[in-house]
Amino acid sequence: MRTLHFVSIFFLGIGYLNPAMAATADDLLKDYAVSAMHEEAGFSGFSSESGKKLYMLEQIGKNGERVSCSTCHTNDPRHQGMTRANKIIEPLAPAVNSDRFTDREKVEKWFRRNCNDVLRRECTAREKGDFITFLRSIKK
Amino acid sequence: MKKAFQLTLAVLVLLAVLGAGWLKAVAEGDDDDDDDHHSSYGRESFEGKIHFRGLSAAPQNAKYTKECAACHMAYPPGLLPSQSWTKIMGGLKNHFGEDASLDPKASDEIKGYLLKNSADANDTGRLSRRINDSIGNSDAPIRITETNYFKRKHHELDPSVFKRKSIGSPSNCVACHSGAEKGSFNEHSVRIPKW
Repeated sequence: MRTLHFVSIFFLGIGYLNPAMAATADDLLKDYAVSAMHEEAGFSGFSSESGKKLYMLEQIGKNGERVSCSTCHTNDPRHQGMTRANKIIEPLAPAVNSDRFTDREKVEKWFRRNCNDVLRRECTAREKGDFITFLRSIKK
Repeated sequence: MKKAFQLTLAVLVLLAVLGAGWLKAVAEGDDDDDDDHHSSYGRESFEGKIHFRGLSAAPQNAKYTKECAACHMAYPPGLLPSQSWTKIMGGLKNHFGEDASLDPKASDEIKGYLLKNSADANDTGRLSRRINDSIGNSDAPIRITETNYFKRKHHELDPSVFKRKSIGSPSNCVACHSGAEKGSFNEHSVRIPKW
């Protein structure tokens, strides 16, 4: 029994240390909130409204064209999107795609890449939290 | 009545023989009207087994499929020479206008896979050799569509064909070559979508 106890603690430890391990959207939001508090003194929680604004925000991309999250993910996050190279992107809204925001490494990779492409800089922790909060607010 | 039955049977046998002959002709590619008559780039036999006569059957790599084929089809490594893959993997931060950066571990594994199976690798297939021969030794094209070999093979197509909605661009091989990700570019299995 005691051995089992140690084994489970060991695996919990690995889960905590390994960023590729499964996470829930709640875990991610908690971590982004901690980072956001470090980034700005007046942080008081995430906003679905701000997340929606960020999702729809049009910018001038690297090649001079207008880009936004919705360019590839469509105006409705419940719909499938398409990459510029014609690959289907599964919906971003967890209500229709439960795989979303369950893999910390994947979430961080795509924020890094896509924020660089659309905003031409990395996103702040608050922006990431707002974005996920908006997507989670979408009902089926 | 019996005569009618025999006649029907005879017609059926005749049709079966003719049909088999036609299928065989299609399989052997003897109606190939392209510039090199004896090549067909990977073909599927009727047993459903793929013969890679033109492109060596590169093993699949899970990391490559996961990371690269999230955005575009998994191009077989044998379609470009090693100097091209080195250049592509060195520029992922701006990969055809997009940030496709990877963590160093994934990047190393994928680069290793691409170089090991590139068009100028030792045990490469005929299609790879032809692509490689159409590229100057000091050139490192980062688009397969830039190679003279690709251009020669697609010269008869009007550029508007590639712009059709279900195709998008010449880089979307699978739109017409359904076996492209497995290295099969057999001319006889090409199906060009109408829209």
